[in-house]
Amino acid sequence: MIRAAAEADGSRVIPRVPVGEWIDTGFDWLKDTFEVFFDFVSTFITSVGDGFLAVLTSFDALVLLVVFALIGWALKSWKLGVLSAVLMAFIISVDMWQEAMDTFVMVVIAAAIALIIGIPVGILAARSEKVSNTIRPVLDLMQTMPPFVWLVPVVALFSVGFAPGVVATLIFCLPPGVRFTELGIRQVDAEVVEAGHAFGSTPGQILRRIQIPLAMPTIMAGVNQVIMLALSMAVIAGLVGAGGLGGEVSKAMSTIDIALGFEAGLSVVALAIYLDRVTAAIGNRPAGGGRLSRLLQRRRDAKNAAAA
Amino acid sequence: MTQDISDPVVSVRDAYKVFGRRPERGVERLKAGETRDDLREDGITAAVIDASFDVSDSEIFVVMGLSGSGKSTLIRMVNGLLEPTAGSVKIAGEDIARMGAADLRKVRREKVSMVFQNFALLPHRTVGQNAAYALEVQGVNRSEREQRAEEALRMVGLDGWGGQRPDQLSGGMRQRVGLARALAAGSDVMLMDEAFSALDPLIRREMQDQLIELQHQLGKTVLFITHDLNEAMRLGDHIAMMRDGRIVQIGTSEQILNDPATDYVAQFVQDVDRTRVLSAESIMEPPAVTLGAEQGPRSAHRLMRERQTTSLMVVAHGRRLVGLVTETDVAEAVRSGTQSLDGIIRPVPAVAAETPLVDLMTAAAESPMALAVVDDEQRLQGVIPRVTLLNALADPTSTTTGSMEVIG
Repeated sequence: MIRAAAEADGSRVIPRVPVGEWIDTGFDWLKDTFEVFFDFVSTFITSVGDGFLAVLTSFDALVLLVVFALIGWALKSWKLGVLSAVLMAFIISVDMWQEAMDTFVMVVIAAAIALIIGIPVGILAARSEKVSNTIRPVLDLMQTMPPFVWLVPVVALFSVGFAPGVVATLIFCLPPGVRFTELGIRQVDAEVVEAGHAFGSTPGQILRRIQIPLAMPTIMAGVNQVIMLALSMAVIAGLVGAGGLGGEVSKAMSTIDIALGFEAGLSVVALAIYLDRVTAAIGNRPAGGGRLSRLLQRRRDAKNAAAA
Repeated sequence: MTQDISDPVVSVRDAYKVFGRRPERGVERLKAGETRDDLREDGITAAVIDASFDVSDSEIFVVMGLSGSGKSTLIRMVNGLLEPTAGSVKIAGEDIARMGAADLRKVRREKVSMVFQNFALLPHRTVGQNAAYALEVQGVNRSEREQRAEEALRMVGLDGWGGQRPDQLSGGMRQRVGLARALAAGSDVMLMDEAFSALDPLIRREMQDQLIELQHQLGKTVLFITHDLNEAMRLGDHIAMMRDGRIVQIGTSEQILNDPATDYVAQFVQDVDRTRVLSAESIMEPPAVTLGAEQGPRSAHRLMRERQTTSLMVVAHGRRLVGLVTETDVAEAVRSGTQSLDGIIRPVPAVAAETPLVDLMTAAAESPMALAVVDDEQRLQGVIPRVTLLNALADPTSTTTGSMEVIG
C-alpha cells in the first residue's frame, strides 16, 4: 500500500537503498568464499546428529520413556518423574516418537552449540563494557528478526535438511544464553566480589569460585530459555526439510490435515513441557539439591563418617 | 620485630582519591586551593583529599565519618582495591600505591585482610569453607586450611558451626564468620569496613567486646571504619575524624572529646555518651591532702581543721591507699585519747584509673565520700568528689578544673 502510494506519487524524497541486494551479494560472497567451511560445518552437524539419533533410536521407545522419567525424578522429585512418563507416553501414543526424537536431537545440538558460544561471550560482556555494547545490537538483530527470515540465507548457505535447521535454530536461540550469563554475573553482589579481591584472588579465581557459582541460577534460567527457543525454532525449521515434528506440522499445513497438525503440535507441547521442567529443575535446585544429589551427599557423609 | 611510633604498620601520606575524568588534574586543582564543591560542578568527585595518618602495631585505629565523608574510599586504598590518585600508602614499609597487580595480590594474601559491612560471605559454601577462603587462595592444602579455619571459628565462638551454610546463621554469627575468615588469613593488618553497622545494637556491643578481646589476645593491627561515634570512642586507640574527604582531627577519644579541633567535631561529640568515653583518670583531681597511716588522731584532727574538710584519705608507705577517716570518728578518738588510727579507718570506694565514668555512678551514689582512684598496685592516684563527676558530665570545658576541696 505505502509503496504503491509512493510510486503513484512519483516523487521519492528518500532514495531507495538496496539493502536487500547488498545482503544478498554479501551472502553470495560468503557462500563462494567459505564454501568449504560451510560444507564442513554441514557435514559435521549432520554426522553428530545422525550419531546421536542412532544411539537414541537403538533403544526401544519404552526404555527411553523410563530413562526420561528417571532423569526427572533424579533432578527434582517423583512427581516430575511421573509427569515425564505421562508426556512421553502421549507422544508414543500419537505415533510421533520418531519425529519427536529428530526434533529433540536438533534442539540438543543447537542448544549445546549456543551455550558453548553464548556463555563465554556472556562472561566477556559482563567484564567489559565495550564487548557488552558491541554485542547488544547483534543480539537484538538475532532475536527480533522474524525467525522465518533466517531460514532463507541459511538454506542458501547450507541447502536443505538437518544442518540448516540446526544453524537457523542456533542463531535464534543464542541470545538468551549470552544475555542471562552477562546479567547473572553483573548481578553478583559487588561486596562479595570485592571480598574475593581483598583476599588476593586472581580474576580467574573470582570468576570460577565466586561469580559463576553465584550467577548459576540466572545462567540456568538462560539455559532454559535457550532450550525453549531452540524448540520453537526447530519446529519452524521443519519448513526447510529439517524433519521431525516441524516436518509433520508443515505437512499438515500443506494438506490441511487438522488431526495430524494437532497431534504433531501437542507432541511439541509435551516435549516443551518436559524440557522446560527438567532444565528449570537444574537451575532452581532446593538447598541440598534434588533427589540424586541428596543421595550422593548421604553417601559422602557416610564415607566421611567411616573415615573419621 | 620491633615496632614503635616511628615505624608504623600502615602509613598513609598525602593520599588523594579523585573520581571522574582526568583525576590527576583534579588533584592539582585541590592542591591549588579549589574546594570539593568546585570540582563537583565539573563532574569530578574528590572522595579523599590529602589524607595522612599512621597506624602503629597492635592498635585499633578508627576512621570515623558520616556517609560521603570518604572513609570507605580511604580504607579501600589501604589494600589497593582502589588506587590512590596521588600520595603513598605503605604497609610494613612497602608502598602499595605503585604496585603491580600480582604484587598487590601477594600483599592482600599475606598482609592485609578485610571484614565487610554486609559480611560478603559466599552463600554457596559452608561456614567452614568461607572461613578457609583466604587460605584456599593462598594455596594452603586442604587439611591444614580446614584445621586453621576451625581454629579461627573457635576464636570467634563458632566452633561446631563449620558445616552450616551462612543463610542458616543470624547476622551477628555471619559477621563472626567474616571475622574468622579474616583471622584465618593470618595477616597482621585487619581492615574493618563498617563491620558492625548492620548488626542490632546488642549484638554490636557483643562484637565490639569480642574484637577488643581478640585484639588483646592476638595483637592484630586494626583499621576500623565507622559512622557511629560511640563505637569509634569505644574501640579506638586513635580516632581520625573525617569530613568531606578530609581528615579534620586525629587523636585519642579523650583528646577529641575534650579538645575538638573544629566546630564540626565539637558539634559531633556533643551527643556522645561522655560517661562511656571518659575514664576516672581523665577527670580525677589530685588529693588535696592525705594522712599517713602511721600518724595519730590528733594530727588528723589538726589537718582537718586547717583544711576545713570533714574526711581524709589515709595512705601507707608508697602512697598505698589504706582507707579514710571522718571528722566524727577522729573527734571521738581524740576525746578518748586513742593514739592510733586503727579501728577508725573506714573502707573507701576505690576505682581503677581506666574505669569509664558510667561505672562510677553506682559507687558515687552509694558513698557520700569522694571516690579514690588507684593504680594496679593500689597506689592513690587521685580523688573524684561527686561534684567533679557531675561537672564532667555537664560541661566539656571544665572537666579538669574542679575545686581542690574534698567534700565529705
